[in-house]
Amino acid sequence: MGDPRGFLKTTRVEEDERPVEERVRDWREITVHASADDVKAQAARCMDCGIPFCHQGCPLGNLIPEWNDLVYRGKLEEATRRLLATNNFPEVTGRVCPAPCEASCTLNIRDEPVTIKTVERSISDAIFAHGSLTPQLSAVRTGKRVAVVGSGPAGLACAQQLARAGHDVVLFERDSRLGGLLRFGIPDFKMEKGILDARLEQMAAEGVTLQANTNVGVDPTGEQLLREYDAVALTIGSRIPRDLPIPGRQLAGVHFAMEFLSQQNDRIAGVPVDESKAILAAGKNVIVIGGGDTGSDCVGTSFRQGAASVTQIELMPKPSLVRVPANPWPEWPLILRTSSSQEEGAERDWAISTKSFREENGRVTGIEAHRVTFEGGKMVAIGGTDLVIPCDLVLLAMGFVGPERTGLVEQLGLMLDPRGNVRTDASGATNVPGVFAAGDASRGQSLVVWAIADGRRVAAGVDAYLRRARAESVAFAARASA
Amino acid sequence: MPLPPARGLYDPSLERDACGLGFVADLHRPPSHDVVAKGVEILRRLAHRGAAGCDPCTGDGAGILLHIPHAYFERVLGRAGIELPNAGDYGVGQCFLSRNPSVRAMEVRVIEDAIRHHNQKVIGWRDVPVDPSVLGPLARASMPVFRQVFIGRMCSVPAFERTLFMIRKRASSSATQAGLHDCYIASLSSRTVVYKGLPLPERLGAFFADLRADDTRSKLALVHSRFSTNTFPTWERAHPYRRIAHNGEINTLRGNQTWMRARESLLASEAFGEHIADFKPIIRPGGSDSASLDNVVDFLVASGRSIAHVMMMLVPEAWEGQPEMPPERRAFYEYHASLVEPWDGPAALLFTDGIRVGATLDRNGLRPLKYVVTASGYVVAASEFGVLDFEADDIVEKGRLQPGRMLLVDFAQGRIVGDDEIKHEVATQKPYVNWLESNKIDLHALPGVPAVASMDALERRRLLRVFGYTREDTHTLLVPMATNGEEPTGSMGTDAPLAVLSERPNPLFRYFKQQFAQVTNPPIDPIREKLVMTLVSCLGGEGNLLVETPKQCRLLELEQPILTNDDLAKIVAEPLQDFKVAVLPMLFDVPEGHGTDPGASLQSALEDLCRAAEQAIDGNASLLVLSDRGVTERRAPIPSLLGTSAVHHHLARVGKRMRAGLLVETGEAREVADVALLIGYGAGAVNPYLAFESIAATDMAAPARERAEHYIHALDKGLLKVMSKMGISCLSSYQGAQIFEAIGIRKDAIERWFPGTASRVGGIGLAEIARESLMKHASAFEPGFDRIASDDDVVDVGGVYAWRVGGERHLWNPGTVANLQKAVRLEDQRAYDHYAKAINEQHDAPFTLRGCWAFESTRPAIPVDEVEPAAMIVRRFATGAMSFGSISREAHENLAIAMNRIGGRSNSGEGGEDEARFVPLPNGDSKRSAIKQVASARFGVTAHYLVNADELQIKIAQGAKPGEGGQLPGHKVDEHIARVRHSVPGVTLISPPPHHDIYSIEDLAQLIYDLKAVNPRARVSVKLVSETGVGTIAAGVAKAKADTIQIAGHDGGTGASPLSSIQHAGTPWELGLAETHHVLALNGLRSRVRIQADGQLKTGRDVAFAALLGADEFGFATAPLVASGCIMMRKCHLNTCPVGVATQDPVLRARFQGTPEHVINFFFFVAEELRTIMASLGFATLSEMVGHSECVIPRETSHPKARLLDFRELLTPVNPEDSFLPKETMDAPAGEDLLSQARPTDEALLEGTRLSLKYGEPTTMQIQLCNADRAFGARLAGELARKYGAEGLREGTIVIEATGTAGQSFGAFATRGMLLVLEGDANDYVGKSLSGGVLAVRPPARSSFKAHENVIIGNTCLYGATTGKAFFAGRAGERFAVRNSGAVSVVEGVGDHGCEYMTGGTVVVLGPTGRNFAAGMSGGLAFVLDDERMLAGRVSKAMVDLEPLTPEDEELVQRLVKEHEEHTRSARARYVLSTWSKRRFVKVMPHEWRRVLQSRAQQNAGKVAGAHG
Repeated sequence: MGDPRGFLKTTRVEEDERPVEERVRDWREITVHASADDVKAQAARCMDCGIPFCHQGCPLGNLIPEWNDLVYRGKLEEATRRLLATNNFPEVTGRVCPAPCEASCTLNIRDEPVTIKTVERSISDAIFAHGSLTPQLSAVRTGKRVAVVGSGPAGLACAQQLARAGHDVVLFERDSRLGGLLRFGIPDFKMEKGILDARLEQMAAEGVTLQANTNVGVDPTGEQLLREYDAVALTIGSRIPRDLPIPGRQLAGVHFAMEFLSQQNDRIAGVPVDESKAILAAGKNVIVIGGGDTGSDCVGTSFRQGAASVTQIELMPKPSLVRVPANPWPEWPLILRTSSSQEEGAERDWAISTKSFREENGRVTGIEAHRVTFEGGKMVAIGGTDLVIPCDLVLLAMGFVGPERTGLVEQLGLMLDPRGNVRTDASGATNVPGVFAAGDASRGQSLVVWAIADGRRVAAGVDAYLRRARAESVAFAARASA
Repeated sequence: MPLPPARGLYDPSLERDACGLGFVADLHRPPSHDVVAKGVEILRRLAHRGAAGCDPCTGDGAGILLHIPHAYFERVLGRAGIELPNAGDYGVGQCFLSRNPSVRAMEVRVIEDAIRHHNQKVIGWRDVPVDPSVLGPLARASMPVFRQVFIGRMCSVPAFERTLFMIRKRASSSATQAGLHDCYIASLSSRTVVYKGLPLPERLGAFFADLRADDTRSKLALVHSRFSTNTFPTWERAHPYRRIAHNGEINTLRGNQTWMRARESLLASEAFGEHIADFKPIIRPGGSDSASLDNVVDFLVASGRSIAHVMMMLVPEAWEGQPEMPPERRAFYEYHASLVEPWDGPAALLFTDGIRVGATLDRNGLRPLKYVVTASGYVVAASEFGVLDFEADDIVEKGRLQPGRMLLVDFAQGRIVGDDEIKHEVATQKPYVNWLESNKIDLHALPGVPAVASMDALERRRLLRVFGYTREDTHTLLVPMATNGEEPTGSMGTDAPLAVLSERPNPLFRYFKQQFAQVTNPPIDPIREKLVMTLVSCLGGEGNLLVETPKQCRLLELEQPILTNDDLAKIVAEPLQDFKVAVLPMLFDVPEGHGTDPGASLQSALEDLCRAAEQAIDGNASLLVLSDRGVTERRAPIPSLLGTSAVHHHLARVGKRMRAGLLVETGEAREVADVALLIGYGAGAVNPYLAFESIAATDMAAPARERAEHYIHALDKGLLKVMSKMGISCLSSYQGAQIFEAIGIRKDAIERWFPGTASRVGGIGLAEIARESLMKHASAFEPGFDRIASDDDVVDVGGVYAWRVGGERHLWNPGTVANLQKAVRLEDQRAYDHYAKAINEQHDAPFTLRGCWAFESTRPAIPVDEVEPAAMIVRRFATGAMSFGSISREAHENLAIAMNRIGGRSNSGEGGEDEARFVPLPNGDSKRSAIKQVASARFGVTAHYLVNADELQIKIAQGAKPGEGGQLPGHKVDEHIARVRHSVPGVTLISPPPHHDIYSIEDLAQLIYDLKAVNPRARVSVKLVSETGVGTIAAGVAKAKADTIQIAGHDGGTGASPLSSIQHAGTPWELGLAETHHVLALNGLRSRVRIQADGQLKTGRDVAFAALLGADEFGFATAPLVASGCIMMRKCHLNTCPVGVATQDPVLRARFQGTPEHVINFFFFVAEELRTIMASLGFATLSEMVGHSECVIPRETSHPKARLLDFRELLTPVNPEDSFLPKETMDAPAGEDLLSQARPTDEALLEGTRLSLKYGEPTTMQIQLCNADRAFGARLAGELARKYGAEGLREGTIVIEATGTAGQSFGAFATRGMLLVLEGDANDYVGKSLSGGVLAVRPPARSSFKAHENVIIGNTCLYGATTGKAFFAGRAGERFAVRNSGAVSVVEGVGDHGCEYMTGGTVVVLGPTGRNFAAGMSGGLAFVLDDERMLAGRVSKAMVDLEPLTPEDEELVQRLVKEHEEHTRSARARYVLSTWSKRRFVKVMPHEWRRVLQSRAQQNAGKVAGAHG
């Protein structure tokens, strides 16, 4: 801990964001990176707690107090090593993570938490600036072949860890480009995609075979995969969006959020988009149904496309402005948050249940809804609250219900859990020997940081599976690091 | 008459004792009965220093040693028709024999055979007449038959004593061989005879008729009254022994015994010839420490050394760094240090060979010994003044023995031989100075060798893995040590698993816990009292102890035991022909393939190593280097502790240990505890090479060389601390002393490799030890290892000191803290259940011993509603002792309010309490702490504080740092803290490691008596920390009349403690509690006391186990703090606690969010959980549940090491015969009871001052005192404080004019309004915690000696005094005004360590001071009359300056000396005043005090002059 009294001298200062009027006119990241000195001062607020609750808050177990201290003392290279020791892609989490670590920071009890995410991103900047992306080549080659299916954050982390352990890894992606939700779900104004490309380059150099445009389950089939590989890790995500089966769902202008977001990401990347299927918000009144992060991404994207208005509605009631006693620190605070996209001018409303879409000429012109309340956990409609919101475009951002169960999951005969996700044990192993699953596919939809953490965990599980010959000592070591 | 056999956790070898002793010698007259009668009188007057156990008529032992009463024996034997030769031509054996006549006949035959074997004549036997009716039933039941054997001299006079010695040895060893265990020869000599046994001291004369006969005459009576920690009647353990009587304890006993046994094979003496075989073992097994020392003294004296010589070599004074010591004497000590290690520990020793009688103190002088010389020719030495009455004008000298000094009376010459004279005589017997000069080897003088190159990064990283380094080792330990030169500090105890319960491979070191001194001997302050400590280590071969030759000091002498890599290279280069060095690889083969037993490989390597060591010695090596350098993929290191201990013990067994030194070159050792262990198990020096490499490779500002120096300095400092924790001063005594115990190592492994080490819970053996070593080794040879780019990435995270992801497990972790806080804040049972489940269900990942257990119901379950209500249970709960100062006022008061609301007890902690808290709040709440703690610094301990308590707790040790003191730095001492501690803001407050009024068990009894005197309504508790032997100490504490004994675990939290103390000292409370309960029950003492368990108690299940193991009450500290908002920041020592719990910063304190309800909710959750367990076990009340350890069983686990644990000893239930009745929490304290046995003077005092007490009217009364009048004035002080508060009465309202010799603690706690004038003298602890009263002690008007050259008061006077005045017309003993914080005093000379730890007040010394004056003095002023200009050489300059007096000072001192003269009529004062201008006073000014005065002067100019604290 650099400065034991740092938290008493310095208050939390978050990084600036570019002014709304400016940023909505382009697709660049909205954050203005703080100066190295400012970051140092913020890092000095870390108290190196006896129990670093941030460790617990962070699914990756990032060694937050250690690198905060190193940043404070200007030891950026060491900080880089400590950060990369637990996190394969800090440049990603440093941008898009909601930072549960900060929520559980002990300064958050009565003060304001350390700007952990900013410090993390600033270290990751250094990684890119100083070329620490040097491939980490494994010293050994085990000769074992592993297929990782799906190149979202879980797949990337899993593949990288396995390659570094000396296995021959092929990372399959159905799409034409790798990255999964990182590439197609996250708008550039939150994360520009250059960093992803650099990482992929590093992974290729580390020996990961990157195989896009490959629809595993079709060609190759699950059986082929099992034959050709010593182990398989499924990181296929939770791709089935929650639908809203109400009258008018089929109308033009009602789309899933991911269709909208991935199209825009393609446009920015210069990938041609089939204009006949273009979903554009320009000049339109947009309604986003769903109050989560994906919804927010739709909001920000709509503004940048030139939407006339954006309204975001949510089924759940409006959260309280401050923590309620029953939701104490270090729990994740269930409070009203306003995303940067929402700040850009969205109308927001809560406790609204959509009953049907209005139409005109096969196109959506509005939604019909009413207000609801929750009694004993059950939703109840409130009489006399019917309302109509006119619109030209509806984006459904109500979450995802699980991995695609047809195709690969079916072919391999994987068992599912009651929520429809792939069932695994603590090491990520499924019911089929040699087949593992990680990330949203087994966890259900979640944060990027959880996906990376899962990818790492399951990579360890795969590695242990492949090395079972050395059973005794390895088993003990695994206990030790559990 | 053996002690009971070991059972459960009771181990007879752990018994301890301490005592009162004395002798009276008549220099001029022929032997007289008067001397014998005087000896018996001394015993009577020292009775309060002895103890009685469960049977009030059976004492712990008393005895008397006399010159053989020839006339008496001649008469009584003549009556039986036996004719005695002339005096001196026969010997008398005092024999304790079996009561079984046929066995007795065999014993007699064995003795007679021995006499004849040595060609002496059996003159006859005599039955010693005794009166068993004066004995208690226990003593009577075990009483032996006493017979005296008379032996005719058939050899030359000079050879006779030696022959008698040989007869005694032969008889004893034959008796042992024949299984005659009752046969004991108390003395066998032609000069002296010993009468001893188990009568109460005052009844010894009534028991032995011989002592009453008029013609029983002697010139010497040497007596002893014993206070033992157990109550088992053992007649032979009474003192005096044949040569010595001892008050104190030998801490280094285990090492002394091992070394003595190791020397036996080298012993040879012409005088003994082949008979020497009869003497072995020299130290008779099973004897006490005193008996063992007597064995060695006896043997060495018989071999021809003079008794003074023997005492000087076995118990040397501190000679290292003593500029005032003559060189030949220093050489004597240095030479003998190469022959024998000191028998170290607090000791007042009386010794005699019949011709000379002497007394000596150990180097620390921690036991009192006073002496008086009369014109009529008596010399009396005793633990106290006042053991015999002499006319005032008969006394020519009154003094006290100083540390390391000797008092010797020579009957042949009829005079006292002074310390200097006798020591000069002994020291010049041989040219020791020359011998040393030509033989000692100095490391610095050895030829240099090229610097050792650092290893390359890859090798270093491999070894970091091989030796299991962690990131914490580097960053938390080594870097701070190499930067600051000291061990880092931590907070909040430890909650990680024991080494044997961890899943990580732990260094073997971590299975061992340091033991420490509590009650029966004091720890030392290694900083402030460094002058008595030394780290000098001598390496090489020793010779025959019985001869003195120059070659015996051909040893390598090291200033301290840590060698750098270059130092070691110099030695290994073998520059000296006659000092050969053998390097022995300490490695074992990595077993090939599966199924091979790694233990077998390790074992054969150990056997090879031992063999190689033996061969090297046979090849004349003087130094063995055990080295784990040379690790390869096929060769793994033997854990260095295992290798070292194995070689040490093997060599001792085969009689070769003394022929070579042992040096350990290891990559494994890195922290203080590691090095301490290696030395404790026999190493003379250690080279922790990998630690040096790691430090050199770490990115740090300081240059490499400086880092290494700092690191060594930190280790040295830590070693001193570890040694001092046990009260050991010299590294050579610590070496091999094995002051450790193991947790979780199998018995057979301990016996084979670590013999003599306690391991109460069996567990792992060699196979698991090897496996842990191999796991680490294997990980260093993983493929790809060489690509890891940094040391930090190589090593494990650690997570031992604090919870870390991927690190060691902790009970306090994010989940448990969050759930507990949620539970208590929202009264959320579910959250509590989550919390309790996480703590309680440790099945396969246990943390604690109790985590490995389950309940077993032995009776039918009952419905929960039949269990006593939670509201009753919580009254048995107490919060831990956390001082206001360590935690914030808000947190402290919050706990107090909560505990007062539920009828539990909160604890003030050390550091006083704001008086405002004694008054209840308008809403009925109270912030008053029911328990007031009395700790070593006595901060804030006043009469007013003490009477405002329901319980007074004497803190002997605390779990996080047993045996250590503490320090509150000046910058943390704000106005408020200073006020309650009666100190001054900005002045550092140091807590000494020991209580300076508790150096032994009888001292503790005295303090308990003092506290009960001042507040008879409070119960007195004594807080101990769990370690092996704590039960035995607890038995002593129970006999010292404590009401409650607290057993704390090793894991307790604290504000600040060195990391190695948090981790490595003490044991879990489960062990200490079970032992305590067991030993108390076995001793019949369990019904006398309550037991409280304390240490990381968190849940109802924890409480249930504590109750089943024997606890009546339960202490909680960390958990209620967490309930109040603590989040285990472990930053208490930095004052930056962000939740306002452990900080004094007002900004942070404002963040405190705890409420009394939170704390109350916690306790009720725990109590309710407990009730469900009670119901399932069928206990309706806690009282029924106490001690039912049969309800505890080990539970199944898959944990590879926990599975091996063996709890049989720990869970052995108490014998059904040893029944007991648990005390109810609300039972009255025993204070009144104890005081009712006190002398009537106290009652008289209360009665005589009734009007003053009631109405504040003035009273003057006269009273006669004797040394049995202890704590005189304390009861009155308490009553005054109760009635009149801290303010007391107008000064001089009550005037007591006393005469005689006051007992200990004269004027303790005296409050304002009391003036106690004593004409006579007083013993130790005068004016302890003086609270405003005025004391004056002056010699009787008729006395003829010069008052200012004689001692008038004992040791440790004005300890912790806060206000008041004290005038002493004479000299004081050691530690005058220790930790004085406000009293003003004038005295005419002081012993060593005067004004130690003083924080305020003014002391004027009109005479010489001893050494180490003003050590640790942070405040107040001392003025010393220094005409001889000696002060500069005797002052400890670390914290003070010496300077001339200012005019204001002159005025102040003059005024005080005048006042002194008025109170004491001191001639010295008159002389000083009349020659004022010629006198040279020196002012002793603490640096901090000056700073405080200056800043005050700036604040309000002109108000500084008084300078009273």
